[in-house]
Amino acid sequence: MKTFLALLHKDLLVGWRGRVRLVGLATYALTLLLLFSFAVGPDTMALRDHASAYLWLAIMSSSTLLLAQSFQQEVEAGAIEGLILLPVPPPALYYAKALANLLLLLFLGVVMLPVAMVLFDLALSGSLLMLLLIILLGSAGIVAPGTLYAAMTARLSSQQVVLPLLLFPLVVPPILAAVKATDLVLEGDAMGQLPAWIGLLAIFDAIYWSLSGLLFGKVLDE
Amino acid sequence: MKLTHWILALGATGLLALGAGHGYGLLATPAEASMGETGRILYLHVPTAWVAMLAFTVAFLAAIGSLWSGKATWDLSMESGIEVGMVFSVLICIQGPIWAYPTQNYWWTWDPRLTTTAIMVVAFTGVLVMRRLIHQHERRMAATAVATIVSWVNVPVVYFSVEWWDSVHQDLSQVSSVDRVMLIPLLVSLAGTSLLGTAFFLARYRVARARYLTEEVAPELPDLPEQLELEDSP
Repeated sequence: MKTFLALLHKDLLVGWRGRVRLVGLATYALTLLLLFSFAVGPDTMALRDHASAYLWLAIMSSSTLLLAQSFQQEVEAGAIEGLILLPVPPPALYYAKALANLLLLLFLGVVMLPVAMVLFDLALSGSLLMLLLIILLGSAGIVAPGTLYAAMTARLSSQQVVLPLLLFPLVVPPILAAVKATDLVLEGDAMGQLPAWIGLLAIFDAIYWSLSGLLFGKVLDE
Repeated sequence: MKLTHWILALGATGLLALGAGHGYGLLATPAEASMGETGRILYLHVPTAWVAMLAFTVAFLAAIGSLWSGKATWDLSMESGIEVGMVFSVLICIQGPIWAYPTQNYWWTWDPRLTTTAIMVVAFTGVLVMRRLIHQHERRMAATAVATIVSWVNVPVVYFSVEWWDSVHQDLSQVSSVDRVMLIPLLVSLAGTSLLGTAFFLARYRVARARYLTEEVAPELPDLPEQLELEDSP
Protein backbone atom coordinates (compact mmCIF):
# COMPACT_ATOMS: atom_id res chain seq x y z
CA MET A 1 0.00 0.00 0.00
CA LYS A 2 2.82 2.34 0.91
CA THR A 3 4.60 1.68 -2.38
CA PHE A 4 1.33 2.15 -4.19
CA LEU A 5 0.84 5.55 -2.57
CA ALA A 6 4.41 6.54 -3.34
CA LEU A 7 3.92 5.57 -6.99
CA LEU A 8 0.62 7.41 -7.17
CA HIS A 9 2.29 10.45 -5.64
CA LYS A 10 5.03 10.22 -8.25
CA ASP A 11 2.56 9.96 -11.13
CA LEU A 12 0.43 12.83 -9.88
CA LEU A 13 3.54 14.94 -9.24
CA VAL A 14 4.67 14.34 -12.82
CA GLY A 15 1.20 15.34 -13.94
CA TRP A 16 1.35 18.49 -11.82
CA ARG A 17 4.86 19.47 -12.93
CA GLY A 18 3.76 19.04 -16.52
CA ARG A 19 0.59 21.02 -16.00
CA VAL A 20 1.26 23.01 -19.17
CA ARG A 21 0.51 19.77 -20.99
CA LEU A 22 -2.65 19.29 -19.00
CA VAL A 23 -3.82 22.79 -19.81
CA GLY A 24 -3.04 22.12 -23.45
CA LEU A 25 -5.04 18.91 -23.28
CA ALA A 26 -8.00 20.67 -21.67
CA THR A 27 -7.87 23.31 -24.40
CA TYR A 28 -7.81 20.56 -27.01
CA ALA A 29 -10.88 18.95 -25.43
CA LEU A 30 -12.73 22.26 -25.32
CA THR A 31 -11.82 22.93 -28.95
CA LEU A 32 -13.35 19.57 -29.81
CA LEU A 33 -16.60 20.57 -28.10
CA LEU A 34 -16.59 23.84 -30.04
CA LEU A 35 -15.89 21.98 -33.28
CA PHE A 36 -18.85 19.69 -32.70
CA SER A 37 -21.15 22.66 -32.32
CA PHE A 38 -19.68 24.30 -35.44
CA ALA A 39 -20.05 21.09 -37.41
CA VAL A 40 -23.70 20.68 -36.47
CA GLY A 41 -24.49 24.34 -37.01
CA PRO A 42 -26.85 26.61 -35.09
CA ASP A 43 -29.49 23.91 -34.64
CA THR A 44 -29.98 24.17 -30.87
CA MET A 45 -32.31 21.23 -30.69
CA ALA A 46 -29.91 18.86 -32.45
CA LEU A 47 -27.03 20.05 -30.28
CA ARG A 48 -28.99 19.54 -27.11
CA ASP A 49 -30.17 16.08 -28.19
CA HIS A 50 -26.68 14.81 -28.94
CA ALA A 51 -24.82 16.73 -26.23
CA SER A 52 -23.89 13.65 -24.20
CA ALA A 53 -22.48 11.96 -27.31
CA TYR A 54 -20.30 15.00 -28.09
CA LEU A 55 -19.12 15.21 -24.49
CA TRP A 56 -18.05 11.56 -24.44
CA LEU A 57 -16.43 11.68 -27.86
CA ALA A 58 -14.36 14.64 -26.66
CA ILE A 59 -13.40 12.79 -23.48
CA MET A 60 -12.52 9.68 -25.48
CA SER A 61 -10.28 11.39 -28.00
CA SER A 62 -8.46 13.46 -25.39
CA SER A 63 -7.99 10.33 -23.29
CA THR A 64 -5.77 8.69 -25.92
CA LEU A 65 -3.45 11.71 -25.88
CA LEU A 66 -3.35 11.68 -22.11
CA LEU A 67 -2.69 7.93 -21.94
CA ALA A 68 -0.02 7.98 -24.62
CA GLN A 69 1.77 10.79 -22.79
CA SER A 70 1.69 9.04 -19.44
CA PHE A 71 4.03 6.30 -20.65
CA GLN A 72 5.96 8.25 -23.25
CA GLN A 73 7.50 10.36 -20.48
CA GLU A 74 8.61 7.22 -18.66
CA VAL A 75 10.15 5.71 -21.78
CA GLU A 76 11.85 8.89 -22.93
CA ALA A 77 13.63 9.41 -19.63
CA GLY A 78 14.41 5.70 -19.32
CA ALA A 79 12.49 5.80 -16.05
CA ILE A 80 10.49 2.71 -16.90
CA GLU A 81 13.54 0.45 -16.59
CA GLY A 82 14.19 1.86 -13.13
CA LEU A 83 10.60 1.22 -12.14
CA ILE A 84 10.73 -2.37 -13.39
CA LEU A 85 13.93 -3.01 -11.47
CA LEU A 86 12.40 -1.81 -8.21
CA PRO A 87 11.00 -4.54 -5.94
CA VAL A 88 7.47 -3.38 -6.66
CA PRO A 89 4.74 -5.79 -7.77
CA PRO A 90 3.58 -4.89 -11.31
CA PRO A 91 -0.08 -4.54 -10.24
CA ALA A 92 0.94 -1.72 -7.88
CA LEU A 93 2.68 0.01 -10.79
CA TYR A 94 -0.41 -0.46 -12.91
CA TYR A 95 -2.98 0.69 -10.39
CA ALA A 96 -0.96 3.77 -9.44
CA LYS A 97 -0.58 4.75 -13.08
CA ALA A 98 -4.22 3.99 -13.88
CA LEU A 99 -5.52 5.90 -10.88
CA ALA A 100 -3.35 8.91 -11.72
CA ASN A 101 -4.62 8.80 -15.31
CA LEU A 102 -8.18 8.48 -14.04
CA LEU A 103 -7.80 11.56 -11.85
CA LEU A 104 -6.33 13.56 -14.73
CA LEU A 105 -9.10 12.45 -17.09
CA LEU A 106 -11.71 13.26 -14.43
CA PHE A 107 -10.20 16.71 -14.18
CA LEU A 108 -10.66 17.10 -17.94
CA GLY A 109 -14.25 15.84 -17.70
CA VAL A 110 -15.09 18.24 -14.89
CA VAL A 111 -13.62 21.15 -16.87
CA MET A 112 -15.55 20.13 -19.98
CA LEU A 113 -18.91 19.60 -18.31
CA PRO A 114 -19.85 23.24 -17.54
CA VAL A 115 -18.56 24.35 -20.95
CA ALA A 116 -20.66 21.68 -22.65
CA MET A 117 -23.69 22.73 -20.61
CA VAL A 118 -23.30 26.32 -21.75
CA LEU A 119 -22.39 25.53 -25.37
CA PHE A 120 -25.15 23.02 -25.93
CA ASP A 121 -27.70 24.85 -23.80
CA LEU A 122 -28.31 21.96 -21.42
CA ALA A 123 -30.55 21.81 -18.42
CA LEU A 124 -29.81 19.28 -15.72
CA SER A 125 -32.94 17.34 -14.85
CA GLY A 126 -31.28 14.68 -12.69
CA SER A 127 -28.80 15.23 -9.86
CA LEU A 128 -25.34 16.66 -10.46
CA LEU A 129 -23.84 14.04 -8.18
CA MET A 130 -25.23 11.30 -10.43
CA LEU A 131 -23.72 12.99 -13.46
CA LEU A 132 -20.32 13.14 -11.76
CA LEU A 133 -20.63 9.47 -10.83
CA ILE A 134 -21.27 8.62 -14.50
CA ILE A 135 -18.26 10.66 -15.60
CA LEU A 136 -16.18 8.82 -12.99
CA LEU A 137 -17.38 5.37 -14.08
CA GLY A 138 -17.13 6.14 -17.79
CA SER A 139 -13.62 7.56 -17.47
CA ALA A 140 -12.64 4.51 -15.42
CA GLY A 141 -13.85 2.31 -18.28
CA ILE A 142 -11.56 4.16 -20.71
CA VAL A 143 -8.54 4.45 -18.44
CA ALA A 144 -8.32 0.81 -17.32
CA PRO A 145 -7.67 -0.81 -20.72
CA GLY A 146 -6.08 2.45 -21.89
CA THR A 147 -3.28 2.37 -19.34
CA LEU A 148 -2.54 -1.26 -20.17
CA TYR A 149 -2.42 -0.58 -23.91
CA ALA A 150 -0.42 2.62 -23.47
CA ALA A 151 2.22 0.58 -21.65
CA MET A 152 2.21 -2.03 -24.43
CA THR A 153 2.58 0.50 -27.21
CA ALA A 154 4.86 2.97 -25.41
CA ARG A 155 7.96 1.89 -27.33
CA LEU A 156 6.34 1.90 -30.75
CA SER A 157 7.07 4.84 -33.00
CA SER A 158 3.54 4.53 -34.35
CA GLN A 159 1.87 4.60 -30.94
CA GLN A 160 -0.40 7.47 -31.94
CA VAL A 161 -1.99 5.19 -34.56
CA VAL A 162 -2.00 1.88 -32.73
CA LEU A 163 -3.26 3.03 -29.34
CA PRO A 164 -6.63 4.37 -30.55
CA LEU A 165 -6.98 1.44 -32.95
CA LEU A 166 -6.65 -1.01 -30.07
CA LEU A 167 -8.46 1.04 -27.48
CA PHE A 168 -11.54 2.39 -29.23
CA PRO A 169 -13.18 -0.99 -29.98
CA LEU A 170 -12.68 -1.98 -26.35
CA VAL A 171 -14.25 1.13 -24.90
CA VAL A 172 -17.35 1.01 -27.08
CA PRO A 173 -19.46 -0.76 -24.42
CA PRO A 174 -18.54 1.61 -21.55
CA ILE A 175 -18.87 4.67 -23.81
CA LEU A 176 -22.25 3.47 -25.04
CA ALA A 177 -23.45 3.00 -21.47
CA ALA A 178 -21.97 6.33 -20.37
CA VAL A 179 -23.61 8.24 -23.24
CA LYS A 180 -26.99 6.65 -22.50
CA ALA A 181 -26.69 7.31 -18.77
CA THR A 182 -25.57 10.93 -19.28
CA ASP A 183 -28.47 11.43 -21.63
CA LEU A 184 -30.90 10.10 -19.04
CA VAL A 185 -29.55 12.37 -16.31
CA LEU A 186 -29.69 15.42 -18.59
CA GLU A 187 -33.04 14.77 -20.24
CA GLY A 188 -34.83 13.06 -17.41
CA ASP A 189 -35.31 9.35 -16.79
CA ALA A 190 -38.99 8.70 -17.28
CA MET A 191 -38.67 4.93 -17.69
CA GLY A 192 -36.25 4.34 -14.81
CA GLN A 193 -33.56 2.92 -17.11
CA LEU A 194 -30.67 4.71 -15.42
CA PRO A 195 -29.72 1.97 -12.91
CA ALA A 196 -29.40 -0.61 -15.71
CA TRP A 197 -26.91 1.51 -17.67
CA ILE A 198 -24.91 2.42 -14.57
CA GLY A 199 -24.86 -1.26 -13.69
CA LEU A 200 -23.49 -2.12 -17.13
CA LEU A 201 -20.80 0.55 -16.72
CA ALA A 202 -19.86 -0.81 -13.31
CA ILE A 203 -19.60 -4.36 -14.68
CA PHE A 204 -17.29 -3.31 -17.49
CA ASP A 205 -15.19 -1.28 -15.04
CA ALA A 206 -14.88 -4.28 -12.75
CA ILE A 207 -13.83 -6.58 -15.64
CA TYR A 208 -11.33 -4.14 -17.14
CA TRP A 209 -9.76 -3.01 -13.86
CA SER A 210 -9.18 -6.54 -12.59
CA LEU A 211 -8.14 -8.07 -15.94
CA SER A 212 -5.71 -5.26 -16.79
CA GLY A 213 -4.09 -5.37 -13.35
CA LEU A 214 -3.54 -9.11 -13.75
CA LEU A 215 -2.07 -8.83 -17.25
CA PHE A 216 0.10 -5.75 -16.70
CA GLY A 217 3.04 -7.76 -15.35
CA LYS A 218 3.18 -9.79 -18.56
CA VAL A 219 3.43 -6.65 -20.65
CA LEU A 220 6.27 -5.19 -18.63
CA ASP A 221 8.43 -8.33 -18.67
CA GLU A 222 11.36 -7.68 -20.95
CA MET B 1 0.97 -38.22 -41.55
CA LYS B 2 2.70 -34.92 -42.14
CA LEU B 3 1.04 -31.59 -41.46
CA THR B 4 0.61 -30.93 -45.18
CA HIS B 5 -1.29 -34.19 -45.59
CA TRP B 6 -3.55 -33.32 -42.68
CA ILE B 7 -4.26 -29.94 -44.24
CA LEU B 8 -5.14 -31.50 -47.58
CA ALA B 9 -7.24 -34.27 -46.05
CA LEU B 10 -9.19 -31.97 -43.74
CA GLY B 11 -9.65 -29.35 -46.44
CA ALA B 12 -10.89 -31.88 -49.00
CA THR B 13 -13.28 -33.53 -46.54
CA GLY B 14 -14.50 -30.12 -45.46
CA LEU B 15 -15.14 -29.02 -49.03
CA LEU B 16 -16.98 -32.28 -49.77
CA ALA B 17 -19.18 -31.91 -46.69
CA LEU B 18 -19.78 -28.25 -47.48
CA GLY B 19 -20.76 -29.14 -51.05
CA ALA B 20 -23.06 -31.92 -49.84
CA GLY B 21 -24.65 -29.72 -47.18
CA HIS B 22 -25.20 -26.83 -49.57
CA GLY B 23 -26.41 -29.09 -52.37
CA TYR B 24 -28.91 -30.70 -50.02
CA GLY B 25 -29.89 -27.34 -48.59
CA LEU B 26 -30.39 -25.71 -51.97
CA LEU B 27 -32.14 -28.57 -53.76
CA ALA B 28 -33.82 -30.91 -51.31
CA THR B 29 -35.18 -28.75 -48.51
CA PRO B 30 -38.31 -26.58 -48.71
CA ALA B 31 -37.95 -22.79 -48.75
CA GLU B 32 -38.02 -21.08 -45.38
CA ALA B 33 -41.53 -20.12 -44.23
CA SER B 34 -41.18 -16.37 -43.61
CA MET B 35 -38.14 -15.51 -45.72
CA GLY B 36 -38.66 -17.78 -48.74
CA GLU B 37 -35.70 -18.87 -50.85
CA THR B 38 -33.45 -16.23 -49.25
CA GLY B 39 -33.64 -18.15 -46.00
CA ARG B 40 -31.34 -20.76 -47.49
CA ILE B 41 -28.35 -18.55 -46.71
CA LEU B 42 -28.83 -20.01 -43.23
CA TYR B 43 -26.75 -23.01 -44.32
CA LEU B 44 -23.85 -20.66 -45.05
CA HIS B 45 -24.24 -17.95 -42.45
CA VAL B 46 -24.59 -19.98 -39.26
CA PRO B 47 -21.56 -22.23 -39.95
CA THR B 48 -19.43 -19.20 -40.89
CA ALA B 49 -20.32 -17.38 -37.68
CA TRP B 50 -19.70 -20.53 -35.66
CA VAL B 51 -16.21 -21.02 -37.10
CA ALA B 52 -15.37 -17.31 -36.63
CA MET B 53 -16.20 -17.45 -32.93
CA LEU B 54 -14.51 -20.82 -32.54
CA ALA B 55 -11.32 -19.52 -34.16
CA PHE B 56 -11.22 -16.45 -31.90
CA THR B 57 -11.80 -18.69 -28.90
CA VAL B 58 -8.91 -20.92 -29.98
CA ALA B 59 -6.79 -17.77 -30.26
CA PHE B 60 -7.91 -16.73 -26.78
CA LEU B 61 -6.95 -20.11 -25.27
CA ALA B 62 -3.65 -20.03 -27.15
CA ALA B 63 -3.01 -16.53 -25.79
CA ILE B 64 -3.46 -17.83 -22.24
CA GLY B 65 -1.15 -20.72 -23.07
CA SER B 66 1.50 -18.43 -24.49
CA LEU B 67 1.44 -16.15 -21.43
CA TRP B 68 1.52 -19.17 -19.15
CA SER B 69 4.30 -21.16 -20.78
CA GLY B 70 6.08 -18.69 -23.05
CA LYS B 71 6.29 -21.37 -25.76
CA ALA B 72 6.30 -20.17 -29.36
CA THR B 73 3.81 -22.88 -30.43
CA TRP B 74 1.04 -21.16 -28.50
CA ASP B 75 1.97 -17.80 -29.95
CA LEU B 76 1.88 -19.16 -33.49
CA SER B 77 -1.46 -20.90 -32.86
CA MET B 78 -2.81 -17.61 -31.56
CA GLU B 79 -1.72 -15.79 -34.72
CA SER B 80 -3.33 -18.46 -36.90
CA GLY B 81 -6.52 -18.45 -34.83
CA ILE B 82 -6.93 -14.70 -35.09
CA GLU B 83 -6.34 -14.69 -38.84
CA VAL B 84 -8.79 -17.52 -39.52
CA GLY B 85 -11.29 -15.78 -37.23
CA MET B 86 -10.78 -12.55 -39.16
CA VAL B 87 -11.46 -14.21 -42.52
CA PHE B 88 -14.66 -15.82 -41.28
CA SER B 89 -15.93 -12.78 -39.38
CA VAL B 90 -15.38 -10.55 -42.40
CA LEU B 91 -17.37 -13.16 -44.33
CA ILE B 92 -20.25 -12.92 -41.83
CA CYS B 93 -20.19 -9.15 -42.21
CA ILE B 94 -20.59 -9.63 -45.99
CA GLN B 95 -23.19 -12.41 -45.81
CA GLY B 96 -25.29 -10.58 -43.22
CA PRO B 97 -26.18 -7.63 -45.47
CA ILE B 98 -26.78 -9.99 -48.41
CA TRP B 99 -29.32 -11.76 -46.23
CA ALA B 100 -30.74 -8.61 -44.64
CA TYR B 101 -31.43 -6.60 -47.79
CA PRO B 102 -34.03 -8.88 -49.43
CA THR B 103 -35.72 -9.77 -46.13
CA GLN B 104 -35.50 -6.55 -44.09
CA ASN B 105 -34.92 -3.98 -46.84
CA TYR B 106 -31.70 -2.52 -45.45
CA TRP B 107 -28.05 -3.53 -45.75
CA TRP B 108 -26.91 -2.55 -42.30
CA THR B 109 -28.45 -1.26 -39.12
CA TRP B 110 -27.08 -0.31 -35.71
CA ASP B 111 -28.35 -3.39 -34.05
CA PRO B 112 -26.56 -5.00 -31.05
CA ARG B 113 -25.58 -8.18 -32.94
CA LEU B 114 -24.23 -6.32 -35.95
CA THR B 115 -22.55 -3.62 -33.89
CA THR B 116 -20.83 -6.02 -31.54
CA THR B 117 -19.67 -8.13 -34.50
CA ALA B 118 -18.19 -5.05 -36.15
CA ILE B 119 -16.46 -4.13 -32.89
CA MET B 120 -15.02 -7.65 -32.69
CA VAL B 121 -13.58 -7.37 -36.20
CA VAL B 122 -12.00 -3.98 -35.48
CA ALA B 123 -10.63 -5.14 -32.12
CA PHE B 124 -8.82 -8.11 -33.64
CA THR B 125 -7.63 -6.01 -36.59
CA GLY B 126 -5.90 -3.86 -33.97
CA VAL B 127 -4.22 -6.92 -32.51
CA LEU B 128 -2.93 -7.98 -35.94
CA VAL B 129 -1.66 -4.46 -36.68
CA MET B 130 0.22 -4.41 -33.40
CA ARG B 131 1.69 -7.81 -34.20
CA ARG B 132 3.29 -6.41 -37.33
CA LEU B 133 4.68 -3.37 -35.53
CA ILE B 134 6.53 -5.01 -32.64
CA HIS B 135 9.64 -6.69 -33.99
CA GLN B 136 11.17 -8.27 -30.93
CA HIS B 137 9.74 -11.77 -30.55
CA GLU B 138 9.22 -11.97 -26.76
CA ARG B 139 7.63 -8.55 -26.51
CA ARG B 140 5.39 -9.21 -29.49
CA MET B 141 4.29 -12.48 -27.95
CA ALA B 142 3.38 -10.95 -24.58
CA ALA B 143 1.75 -7.82 -25.99
CA THR B 144 -0.43 -9.58 -28.56
CA ALA B 145 -1.42 -12.32 -26.12
CA VAL B 146 -2.61 -9.68 -23.66
CA ALA B 147 -4.44 -7.78 -26.39
CA THR B 148 -6.08 -11.01 -27.61
CA ILE B 149 -7.33 -11.88 -24.13
CA VAL B 150 -8.78 -8.42 -23.62
CA SER B 151 -10.32 -8.32 -27.12
CA TRP B 152 -11.90 -11.73 -26.68
CA VAL B 153 -14.24 -10.24 -24.05
CA ASN B 154 -16.25 -9.21 -27.12
CA VAL B 155 -16.94 -12.73 -28.33
CA PRO B 156 -19.44 -13.80 -25.65
CA VAL B 157 -21.00 -10.35 -25.92
CA VAL B 158 -21.54 -10.96 -29.66
CA TYR B 159 -22.96 -14.41 -28.99
CA PHE B 160 -25.43 -13.37 -26.32
CA SER B 161 -26.22 -9.94 -27.77
CA VAL B 162 -29.44 -11.25 -29.32
CA GLU B 163 -30.64 -12.33 -25.90
CA TRP B 164 -29.42 -9.36 -23.85
CA TRP B 165 -30.82 -6.64 -26.07
CA ASP B 166 -33.80 -6.42 -28.37
CA SER B 167 -32.31 -7.40 -31.68
CA VAL B 168 -33.54 -7.54 -35.26
CA HIS B 169 -31.22 -10.50 -35.73
CA GLN B 170 -32.60 -14.02 -35.43
CA ASP B 171 -32.44 -15.51 -31.93
CA LEU B 172 -29.71 -17.90 -30.85
CA SER B 173 -29.57 -20.86 -33.20
CA GLN B 174 -30.36 -24.02 -31.31
CA VAL B 175 -31.06 -27.52 -32.44
CA SER B 176 -34.65 -27.18 -31.21
CA SER B 177 -35.30 -23.95 -33.16
CA VAL B 178 -34.57 -25.54 -36.55
CA ASP B 179 -36.84 -28.02 -38.30
CA ARG B 180 -35.52 -31.56 -38.87
CA VAL B 181 -35.49 -31.16 -42.68
CA MET B 182 -33.30 -28.08 -42.44
CA LEU B 183 -31.25 -29.38 -39.56
CA ILE B 184 -29.52 -32.07 -41.62
CA PRO B 185 -28.00 -29.77 -44.28
CA LEU B 186 -27.22 -27.22 -41.58
CA LEU B 187 -25.28 -29.72 -39.49
CA VAL B 188 -23.49 -31.13 -42.54
CA SER B 189 -22.49 -27.61 -43.63
CA LEU B 190 -21.44 -26.86 -40.07
CA ALA B 191 -19.18 -29.90 -40.00
CA GLY B 192 -17.80 -29.02 -43.44
CA THR B 193 -17.06 -25.42 -42.52
CA SER B 194 -15.45 -26.49 -39.25
CA LEU B 195 -13.17 -28.94 -41.09
CA LEU B 196 -12.31 -26.30 -43.66
CA GLY B 197 -11.61 -23.82 -40.86
CA THR B 198 -9.33 -26.34 -39.18
CA ALA B 199 -7.49 -26.88 -42.47
CA PHE B 200 -7.06 -23.10 -42.87
CA PHE B 201 -5.82 -22.92 -39.30
CA LEU B 202 -3.22 -25.65 -39.84
CA ALA B 203 -2.09 -24.17 -43.14
CA ARG B 204 -1.71 -20.75 -41.55
CA TYR B 205 0.12 -22.35 -38.62
CA ARG B 206 2.55 -23.97 -41.06
CA VAL B 207 3.37 -20.56 -42.56
CA ALA B 208 3.67 -18.95 -39.13
CA ARG B 209 6.02 -21.69 -37.94
CA ALA B 210 8.18 -21.46 -41.05
CA ARG B 211 8.46 -17.70 -40.61
CA TYR B 212 9.26 -18.09 -36.93
CA LEU B 213 11.94 -20.68 -37.65
CA THR B 214 13.65 -18.52 -40.27
CA GLU B 215 13.42 -15.28 -38.33
CA GLU B 216 14.01 -16.33 -34.75
CA VAL B 217 15.64 -19.73 -34.63
CA ALA B 218 17.87 -19.88 -37.74
CA PRO B 219 21.52 -19.30 -36.89
CA GLU B 220 23.36 -16.31 -38.30
CA LEU B 221 25.00 -17.14 -41.60
CA PRO B 222 28.80 -17.12 -41.45
CA ASP B 223 30.63 -14.41 -43.40
CA LEU B 224 31.48 -15.47 -46.90
CA PRO B 225 35.22 -16.02 -47.33
CA GLU B 226 35.07 -15.02 -51.02
CA GLN B 227 34.56 -11.42 -49.98
CA LEU B 228 37.95 -11.30 -48.28
CA GLU B 229 39.73 -12.87 -51.24
CA LEU B 230 38.17 -10.37 -53.58
CA GLU B 231 39.44 -7.50 -51.49
CA ASP B 232 42.99 -8.90 -51.48
CA SER B 233 43.23 -9.44 -55.21
CA PRO B 234 44.38 -6.41 -57.19
